[in-house]
Amino acid sequence: MVSRAVPFAARLRLLVLHRKLLRECWHMKGQLLSIALVVATGIMTVVTMRGSYEALVDAQQRYYNQMRFADVWSSLRRAPDAVLEQIERIPGVALADVRVSLLATLDLEGVDAPAQGRFVSLPETGRPVLNDLLLTRGRLVAPGAPDEVVISEKFALARGLQPGDTLRAIINGRARTLEVVGMAISPEHSYAVPPGSLLPEDERYGILWMGRRALGPAYDMDGAFNEAFVKLAPGANELEVIARLNEVLAPYGGFGAYPRRDQASHMMLQGELDQNRVMGTAMPAIFLGVAVFLLHLVLGRLITTQRGEIAVLKAFGYRDWEVGRHFLQFAVLAVLLGAAIGTVGGWYLGGAYIGIYRQYFDLPGLEYRLSPALLLLALGVSVAGACSGALGAVRKAVALPPAEAMRPEPPARFEPGPFERLGLGRLLPSAGRMILRNVERKPLQAFFSSLGVAFSTAILIIGLFMYDGVLHMIDLQFRQIQREDITVSFLQNVSGAARHELARLEGVTRVETYRIAPARLRHGHYSRETAIQGMEPDGELRRIVTAGGRVQRLPAEGLVLSRILAERLHVQVGDVLSVEMLEGRRQTTSAPVVGIIDDFLGVSAYMALPALHRLSGEEDVISGAYLGVISAQQQTLYRELKQVPAVAGVASPVSMLASFEREMASNIFISVGFLVGFASVIAVGVIYNGARIALSERGRELASLRVMGFHRREVAVLLLGEQGLVTLFAIPLGGVIGYALAWLMVSSLQTDTFRIPYVITAQTFLSAALVTVLAAALSALAVRRRLDSMDLISVLKTRE
Amino acid sequence: MPPHPSLPLGQPVLCAQHLCKRYEMGEVVVDALRDVSLDLHAGELLVLLGASGSGKSTLLNILGGLDVASSGSLHFRDRCLSSASTHELTQYRRDHVGFVFQFYNLISSLTARENVALVTDIARSPMRPEDALALVGLEARMNHFPAQLSGGEQQRVAIARAIAKRPQILLCDEPTGALDARTGRLVLGVLEQVNRETGTSTAIITHNAAIGAIGDSVVRMSSGEIVERVRNPARMAVEHIEW
Repeated sequence: MVSRAVPFAARLRLLVLHRKLLRECWHMKGQLLSIALVVATGIMTVVTMRGSYEALVDAQQRYYNQMRFADVWSSLRRAPDAVLEQIERIPGVALADVRVSLLATLDLEGVDAPAQGRFVSLPETGRPVLNDLLLTRGRLVAPGAPDEVVISEKFALARGLQPGDTLRAIINGRARTLEVVGMAISPEHSYAVPPGSLLPEDERYGILWMGRRALGPAYDMDGAFNEAFVKLAPGANELEVIARLNEVLAPYGGFGAYPRRDQASHMMLQGELDQNRVMGTAMPAIFLGVAVFLLHLVLGRLITTQRGEIAVLKAFGYRDWEVGRHFLQFAVLAVLLGAAIGTVGGWYLGGAYIGIYRQYFDLPGLEYRLSPALLLLALGVSVAGACSGALGAVRKAVALPPAEAMRPEPPARFEPGPFERLGLGRLLPSAGRMILRNVERKPLQAFFSSLGVAFSTAILIIGLFMYDGVLHMIDLQFRQIQREDITVSFLQNVSGAARHELARLEGVTRVETYRIAPARLRHGHYSRETAIQGMEPDGELRRIVTAGGRVQRLPAEGLVLSRILAERLHVQVGDVLSVEMLEGRRQTTSAPVVGIIDDFLGVSAYMALPALHRLSGEEDVISGAYLGVISAQQQTLYRELKQVPAVAGVASPVSMLASFEREMASNIFISVGFLVGFASVIAVGVIYNGARIALSERGRELASLRVMGFHRREVAVLLLGEQGLVTLFAIPLGGVIGYALAWLMVSSLQTDTFRIPYVITAQTFLSAALVTVLAAALSALAVRRRLDSMDLISVLKTRE
Repeated sequence: MPPHPSLPLGQPVLCAQHLCKRYEMGEVVVDALRDVSLDLHAGELLVLLGASGSGKSTLLNILGGLDVASSGSLHFRDRCLSSASTHELTQYRRDHVGFVFQFYNLISSLTARENVALVTDIARSPMRPEDALALVGLEARMNHFPAQLSGGEQQRVAIARAIAKRPQILLCDEPTGALDARTGRLVLGVLEQVNRETGTSTAIITHNAAIGAIGDSVVRMSSGEIVERVRNPARMAVEHIEW
């Protein structure tokens, strides 16, 4: 009887088993490493994506709390300061604040095109109650100082402005020279998109904070405000507060209150976070799934080749659990190795990832931190997954009675599979039949191998399709919808007669006017604030184009809605909407829905200009114009427009497109690089292990074929044909999975700002297939080298 | 069955001169073959006898183009194999040599007929797989997989596979090593019959001295050297061998 009194012997015994384990790991280092890499990638995606998600959410919450970021937002035409008390009295309101905010033209040196500034008022003393700003350099404006401004940091950096510099602005038609005294950031402007644009343009759009007393008189806002915010009390009913706030502000030209989730900067950040959360869960799940399968495969084979040794160990008195633990340690070792690589890689990547976020969103204190809890979780899931994968194989090994285990495994049984029973086998040469039967003998294994490789194709498809979608969207937006050379927007609505003045400007070849009219659309108990875009019915420069590329003529009467808006309002073509205009006479009328279009950007309601005028009961007023311009005269025209006080901004779709495409190009390389890496890890893991196992199972058969005069290439075909078949099946399967996942992403990432078009180009599918085939071919090549260097004599000498 | 008189020696098919094979394994040097010269004649049935480690397998591997000698020369007819490339050796095995192994080495995923067809597919003027299987008496079991065949049947499939391409040389490494006496006799009978009917020069390696009696010539090896060459006046019938 072995007693507790001989721990040394027990320790020695374990040491020997450990040594066996280490040597076998060294012998199978290629397989071990390929599994470890799959695990590493899984852990890396957890650590990177989930880690950055946590860091972002944490930074976001702290920032929002610190800046007292509002819960409900509203802008209006003008209300006296006394209305603030009314707002504060609304049940459910914890804090309320009001301010003045307006757009003005900036006259920037070296910029021909007019730039825009959003001027935001600061209280004369103390800080804003809500929506505070965080000073990053300099100081706040001094009380009563008429010409001091704090400017947004990104704008300052883009323009090279520093505290002490000055800039010129045309406020209310008067040119003023302003002194920059500080630089700041704020959560509401972390993603600062100028009106009429789709992307931040830090070079020509900035936020300027100014004292209330200095800004107030400029637009007749002395003792009045045009923006109001609310912080909700705990447990408050947001919808009710919004409704009450709308009631309070309606007499003062309220444009409709909206919750935080519709605030542009918040929406962008939240969209990113949501995407991050989805990917941070899905990607590790795929990788861990593949790792579990591979461990099962490799350990199963390792155990089969070690039947005899297991028998000897058991004959010597090793207990089942000791033998089982020995093999499980292989799985644990692969996971630990993967975890080490994954943690270091993920930590490094997470830092880089957060760095990219810092470029787009200024979240103070945003630092990548590796939380031990997260790492433990990832590790725990990996170990559990790997062990469950290994457990089946281990259980089989342990269950074998020693006497039986010492006998060699009986030869594999084969029979013609369904393919041959259909009589199709005769069409194949012997080699083809051999490959086919190997697949048919273990159909589940072949299926899971294919599924694994399919995920590598699918990952590539969902990664690349995002670019397809964005490129499609961009093409539609900038080449088919926005065909104007210049978009001019006025500070406030002007008479339609302005179109003649614009047409007289030198270089202008065509003028089409538009009107943006804020309105509340109602259908039953569904309602939505939006802006109705009044457009010229026969416009050539700006058109309504559907997702399919069809140009939609604007009917003389009625509204054409984005599908997402129609869905939110639960309307179909033919339904009648109640329309409450939120500016001008603010009359409520009704209009039929005459068209619904699939579009990708924003939530739009279009109407022919004359119909919109009738609806609002106003004469010919416009908010801006689209211009066709002779390109040689564009710069002169910019300079001229800059001098026109009524012009708030001038945008050029071409320059917007250029900056967008630049950004895309720099991002695409990084993310495609990662995707290719991730996908290859899976494909290599599955194909390499599959081929190595096939080699160990059939090495003897293949060696005898070599002896009989088969060339290396011919034998390689027999060995790798099976993996080829797996890959061949995996690619269409991966296509299906990729298309389905892409569809899931498209439908789950639908926001009011943008919808990703469900467009997958043939090129994306082919690239994904090509990367998978290449990764598989490289793995096969690595195994083929082993096959080529196989020692024929020694393989034939030994019996398994 | 009456004994068959040994055939008069034909032209040498394989001609080995002063073959040496030295393995250097770290500091240990093993001389597996020492100055071995041997001819295999057309139609001859040669039995190579020797204990384990005597060098007989090494010699067979070199004769079959699986290995190359450290020194000495080997000619197949007028072709020199001592300096042939790997590719040329493969081609030599493919066109001229049939192998029978101790453990059959059939492809488990192919039926008996398909195992034979695998070789006839790449041969220049092969027999029909069915004919090769009929020659070893297995026409009735053609569509069985290896796992459905007994050891002796599997070895007969292996012989059919080896001879189906009509090789000039048939090399058999312990073909009865894994079989019981009765089955072993059966397999030897097939080998003898094939040699007789097809005229394939055949070399059988065995440690079983009794088998020597069925050959035209017997070569005995020990410690890498040929220690005895005997020419049998007549081949003994297989069923008379004392196992």
